[in-house]
Amino acid sequence: MSAHSSIATAPAAAVVLDVARIRAEFPILSQKVHGKRLVYLDNAASVQKPQVVLDAITGCYSQYYANIHRGVHLLSERCTAAYEGTREKVRAFVNAAHRQEIIFTRGTTESINLVASSFGGSTLQAGDEIVITGMEHHSNIVPWQMLCQRTGAVLKVVPFTDAGELILADYERLLASGRVKLVAFVHISNVLGTLNPAKTLIDLAHARHIPVLVDGAQAVAHLPVDVQALDCDFYAFSSHKIYGPTGVGVLYGKQALLNAMPPYQGGGDMIRLVTFEKTDYADLPNKFEAGTPNISGVIGLGAALDWLNALGLEAVAAHEHALLEYATAQLAAIPGLTLMGTAPHKAALVAFTLRSAHPHDIGTILDREGIAIRAGHHCAQPVMQRYGVPATARASFAAYNTLEEVDALTTALWKVKELFE
Amino acid sequence: MNDLRDLYQEVILDHNKRPRNFRILPAPTHQADGVNPLCGDRVSVFLDIQDGIIKDIAFQGAGCAISSASASLMTEALKGKPVDDVEHLFDAFHDVVTTDCECPKGLGKLGVLAGVRDYPSRVKCATLAWHAVRAALEKRQQPVVTE
Repeated sequence: MSAHSSIATAPAAAVVLDVARIRAEFPILSQKVHGKRLVYLDNAASVQKPQVVLDAITGCYSQYYANIHRGVHLLSERCTAAYEGTREKVRAFVNAAHRQEIIFTRGTTESINLVASSFGGSTLQAGDEIVITGMEHHSNIVPWQMLCQRTGAVLKVVPFTDAGELILADYERLLASGRVKLVAFVHISNVLGTLNPAKTLIDLAHARHIPVLVDGAQAVAHLPVDVQALDCDFYAFSSHKIYGPTGVGVLYGKQALLNAMPPYQGGGDMIRLVTFEKTDYADLPNKFEAGTPNISGVIGLGAALDWLNALGLEAVAAHEHALLEYATAQLAAIPGLTLMGTAPHKAALVAFTLRSAHPHDIGTILDREGIAIRAGHHCAQPVMQRYGVPATARASFAAYNTLEEVDALTTALWKVKELFE
Repeated sequence: MNDLRDLYQEVILDHNKRPRNFRILPAPTHQADGVNPLCGDRVSVFLDIQDGIIKDIAFQGAGCAISSASASLMTEALKGKPVDDVEHLFDAFHDVVTTDCECPKGLGKLGVLAGVRDYPSRVKCATLAWHAVRAALEKRQQPVVTE
């Protein structure tokens, strides 16, 4: 997969991002917090939004807003065209074969729950197995546990090394049981940053005719994703982690699978004909989009994808990789600091602990320096248990971050040490 | 760094580094666990109560400087006190870490945690051990959770 190398080694002739110009497009970044320039390094939790995305949302509500798919009037037609236009943008963005393979949801979490409930609920039986990995976000653990409770299926977990790499031999051993009915894994770990070998994992599962869901929440804003090249059966991600608004997610699913699956929720928009005796469901994608969706949010996502396409994901990946390399070197030089997640193929985030200070204290002190990081378990408590720590601090980077901001982070961490040692 | 010194005062840094009564009581009359799911802080408190008096109190756990120091200072403040004082002390302490009130004299060293009032996200750290003590006195079985 070409994206694999693009994130691991910065392309030599990469287009250099004009970061100053990019930053100017984000109104929120120009503010001060606690009297200091805001340094926003909590991008793995959620990224900030460029002005074009804010304008798209406002433009929808102020110029052509109406409910979609049912009006005969002009506003509804325009709004429907903008909403469905985003579906086409998403299709192109992940290179899906058909636009009806793109389902809008509330977020990655709902996308995974949709598959667990609809696909899992209609195909799994007692004794069947679901394989996930030890580095999943809670959103790719709990829906499967709930499904297991409901069906009597069993959850199996692929372990990973201290560096944060999946142990492929264990994965293959789990697949060999003959009972695995679904594999679900995270494309990029939100704690370790590990870029998992998605194509390899998918091919190994497909060799045994096992369908695969990929949690792409942390991936789509950082590397080009091609669902046809990956040949994944499902791919889930969130708008808010790719410069779009909150409350919108995407589920890509192969057409044949989605067609065979029962609806997830019932309601308006997902029907063809309703009588009290029987309901005929709508075709894809409407079958899975019951009720009035987050119309302006979807339209905002469309603007975010246009914006990111104009920057170029290859250029973004190269810039972020430079930030990662610099941050890793700077942080590794701090005595008593331990980096968690050191896989060679890694996205631009650094999780770490300090011997002398708890992550929560680090977070508070950095906040007073204007630096926003995440401190806690990152909704991945099993990863914390794997390393035997209650929590970590995490700095994560986006297209608008700078080397100077890495310096600010490093300087502030030295201050933490000064205070606590 | 000055305003941070208001939060991380020397007494707090000291109690974080060398927590007092940081041990397990072999035969406690009361005990309970407290958990802060937000940051993974976890504290266990043990009390030995005889004739309505807290004869001994200790804690174990892993947490941030604020929660560790607060637990340590709490054990010092409660040792030897009548059980009936706990609610009153907790109320006074809670006011100190959440409002702009004057710190009552009776709270003694606990007053060093007043800086927490400027950090609303850290109030739960400062009160975790106290919630655990109250749960222990009520003989609650489930760990008390701050969320």
